[in-house]
Amino acid sequence: MINFHYARANDVTDAVRQIGGDANAKFVAGGTNLIDLMKMDVERPTTVIDITRLPLKQIERTPDGGLRIGALVRNTDLAYHPLVEERYPVLASAIMAGASQQLRNMASTGGNLLQRTRCAYFYDTATPCNKRKPGSGCSAIDGQNRMHAILGGSDACIATHPSDMCVALAVLEARVHVASESGDRVIPFADFHRLPGKTPQRDTDLDGGEIITAVELPPKGFAANYTYLKIRDRLSYAFALVSVAVGLELDGDTIKEGRFALGGVAHKPWRDQQAEAALRGRPAKAATFARAADALLRDAKGYAHNTFKIDLARRCIVRALTQAARGTPQSQSSKKIV
Amino acid sequence: MTSYIGTATSRVDGIAKVTGAAKYAAEFNAPGLLYGSIVTSMIAKGRITRIDPSAAVRVEGVIDVLTHENRPPMADDDNAYKDEVAPLGSPFRPLYDDRIAFNGQPIALVVAETSEVARFAASLVRVDCEEEPHVTDVNRDAAVPVKSPTNPFEALFAPPKTRGRPEQALAAAAVRHAGEYYVPIEHHNPMELFAATAMYEADGRLTVYDKTQGVQNVQRHICSAFGIEPEDVRVMSPFMGGGFGVGLRPQFEAVLAVMAARALRRSVRVVLTRPQMYVLGYRPAMTQRIAIGASKRGTLEAITHDAITVTSQHEDFFRQETGWSGLLYTCANASYAHKLAKLDLPTPCDMRCPSAATGVYALECAMDELAVALRLDPLELRLRCYSERDQNNDRPFGSKALRECYRQGAEAFGWNKRNPEPRSMRDGGDLVGWGMATGVWDAFQAPITVRIVLSANGHAEVACATSDIGTGTYTIMAQVAADMLGLPLENISIKLGDSSLPQSPVEGGSWIAVSVCNAIATTAGAVRDELLRLAKQVPGSPLANIAPGEVALADGMLVGKGDPSRSVSIADAMRHGAVDRIEQEKTTSPADDPARAHNTHAATFAEVKVDDELGVIRVTRVVSAVAAGRILNTKTASSQILGSVVWGIGMALHEETLIDHRLGRVTNANIAEYHVPVNADINDIKVIFVEEPDDSNPLGVKGVGEIGIVGVAAAIANAVYHATGRRVRDLPITLDKLRL
Repeated sequence: MINFHYARANDVTDAVRQIGGDANAKFVAGGTNLIDLMKMDVERPTTVIDITRLPLKQIERTPDGGLRIGALVRNTDLAYHPLVEERYPVLASAIMAGASQQLRNMASTGGNLLQRTRCAYFYDTATPCNKRKPGSGCSAIDGQNRMHAILGGSDACIATHPSDMCVALAVLEARVHVASESGDRVIPFADFHRLPGKTPQRDTDLDGGEIITAVELPPKGFAANYTYLKIRDRLSYAFALVSVAVGLELDGDTIKEGRFALGGVAHKPWRDQQAEAALRGRPAKAATFARAADALLRDAKGYAHNTFKIDLARRCIVRALTQAARGTPQSQSSKKIV
Repeated sequence: MTSYIGTATSRVDGIAKVTGAAKYAAEFNAPGLLYGSIVTSMIAKGRITRIDPSAAVRVEGVIDVLTHENRPPMADDDNAYKDEVAPLGSPFRPLYDDRIAFNGQPIALVVAETSEVARFAASLVRVDCEEEPHVTDVNRDAAVPVKSPTNPFEALFAPPKTRGRPEQALAAAAVRHAGEYYVPIEHHNPMELFAATAMYEADGRLTVYDKTQGVQNVQRHICSAFGIEPEDVRVMSPFMGGGFGVGLRPQFEAVLAVMAARALRRSVRVVLTRPQMYVLGYRPAMTQRIAIGASKRGTLEAITHDAITVTSQHEDFFRQETGWSGLLYTCANASYAHKLAKLDLPTPCDMRCPSAATGVYALECAMDELAVALRLDPLELRLRCYSERDQNNDRPFGSKALRECYRQGAEAFGWNKRNPEPRSMRDGGDLVGWGMATGVWDAFQAPITVRIVLSANGHAEVACATSDIGTGTYTIMAQVAADMLGLPLENISIKLGDSSLPQSPVEGGSWIAVSVCNAIATTAGAVRDELLRLAKQVPGSPLANIAPGEVALADGMLVGKGDPSRSVSIADAMRHGAVDRIEQEKTTSPADDPARAHNTHAATFAEVKVDDELGVIRVTRVVSAVAAGRILNTKTASSQILGSVVWGIGMALHEETLIDHRLGRVTNANIAEYHVPVNADINDIKVIFVEEPDDSNPLGVKGVGEIGIVGVAAAIANAVYHATGRRVRDLPITLDKLRL
């Protein structure tokens, strides 16, 4: 772990001014991922800017009936917020499926979006990794890749994005508000995280000088028919092998609109327009769900140790869509799969 | 008079632990304490060609960087590094020379005024290596048979001799099962990081607070490695946050802290990081082939058990993995073979119930598979093969209440409601499976010495150099002393974990409870005899003509057993004898009893529920019935079994050290990615201790630290088969292996 300077930002303007002037600076909020990475010498910021005093801790209704979540709202506070529980239960459920209570108490909304992959090679400076050291190679492609991507990978990187919360945000089509010295902008969630391509060192669309100020949820929350189903190697405190967030709008037994996103399978929460089109206007039954799953997985590619994920993802999609359609969402406290 | 033995006495050190008053190795401070941070190798095999500490040394606050080039002198011969439980070979020693024998090997120690500076500077040490080809995965053809033992300790681990004609009997058997079973490398992962604080005294003597299961073992190791006299180094380990076997051998944090303290004449603390804990030792990966032949009525005709376990290039670590198969069940023909795969890894070490946890896993899965082939209830098969004798040595047991374990365990579990057909039992969308397995472990006793000092005010100090690795040793020692001295528990103070105290072996193998408690009883008897001698001198003593065997200590008095009105108080006896304390020190050894076998046994029954589409496994119920002689403390003993069952669940479903064999490097060297069960994985666990009178030692104790894990993984694997019809023989059973 290298030595670093500690700085504190007082407001958003101050924060973006400080980070804009220092290419080797990083923001720290909950610190649940950054500090680990610093201890492992993976992240080596020379300055850490503490943003925990910024006024970004509110959850507010927006004029259009949505919700604006300040970037510093803790994961626990977000998951237990009455409006989130009532109107966006898929988000509450996904948050509760992730990490541990202690980590959720610390982790911030913005930081959750910026989690880095848990690929073992990314964490180990003794090994090649294009994400950590561009051009050094990918150890996972021919190595231990059981946890790795089956969709959207590249020859440079097959890492997965580790967040559960983001899988729900993808389904909800959240919008990410960012600020910088050159002004504010809003990034649609689907464009926020990137695929690895030739530049796996870049996880997101954020520029170095930008800060996330809020995540905005549109009014549509799929509170009646949703689920978050996460499959992992132990029943809590493990990253997803495959997870599925679902939001359905039903008209009787017919799907008016169906959205689903997968976690644990790609460099970003994975949605597929073609797969969702296979749900629209169709009866909410197993055959429909299976067609949608096949559509989403049509280009899935397995490696030596993770081919099982393709079939697992197919089964998870069908099960999750079934849970949502029945109105029996997966409980995150009971580990029995409904 | 209260009796403490056999009760659910709460830990006497419990309040100290939960309030933080109990101090661990990294919590002792000294003025001007320095901090060491270890630099480790990033290759698996080769030579250090250049090591450049200049950038590290330049950091403000760095005192020195120790490497193989500038370290203080150390002994050159292997024997200087052999410890009490060292296997055959050449023990590892840190910063010894330029050789790299495994990935993650400590190769430099940065010593600084703060731990942060030390850790930062450690990242600046430049190391150039000449890499050599390494091998870290098992090549069956390259495995070599274990060497013949050269001493009685090694002889404990040699495979038993073949009996009968197993190959012929197997070929002729009406029903056969053969299978190959695999257990991966597993790590101990105690919560407390390994650490040592070496206090440098003004006269050059050292007091070393070390995380270890054997303070005297570490003391001897340090003395011989550095040529120090025993009186100049004292090793202390008053508390330990989990050992599980990885603290049996002296580890390099102690050697490095002492090395730096001697080089710098300062007090030094070395704390390992979590990844560094993964080169201390591990449960060796094990590939096993078992073949069983049986008659149609379910008696065994033959059993053959071959194992390959992994070890390092420099030491041959192995345990007697295969012999359990021939010990446990009646079978006239048996053979065993054990080979080692020598790899470029650190040497493995003992891990909770070494050999039986893995060997019996394979045996008990194979027995389940045989039961399926015989269309026989798995419990009924065990009963038909039940042996009242140790089959390997053809001798009776000191005691064996395994049949009662089966009966009480099955009853508590409801085993008789089991439908034998796989996939036949359901709970909604879950497949339900019930599995069982037998457990067996040794009941060892070892020579040990206890000193008791009884004061006239009715307080006693009981001292022994044993450790309490979290098992409750402080508490059971106090219970036995209180009962034997006739004093309330709060009048007993226990001293342990200090090399200057009377001799103790390392705490492991489940031998400390039986050893130390019998020694306490013997020493307390000597205290009583001395008190009686004094009491008889009291004018008009009511005990004047009584024999030592006819008095007991109770409520602070010497009391005639036949006539409680005949008594002399401890205070009066001492006052008349003009002494204010009685000190006795006694060494006890196990009785010479080769005619009988000494073992603990268990029966585990497990229920799993498996989602039939997704393969998610939940262990919903476990019943563990244990026969382990007299239970000294039902509360701490139950905790031992509960912890063992949890570990068995982890072994069955979660635990696996992953190595990238291209790099020869562990890729999940942290407790986020190395999975052990979390609360969500644990449901109802019921522990039953069956009665098992045993006269092998005066207290009839056997020890419970290890028996609880044996058979748990097999019971769960068997339950998974019963639920799903899928037999997964490679642990851990993850949902991808289940392929539903």
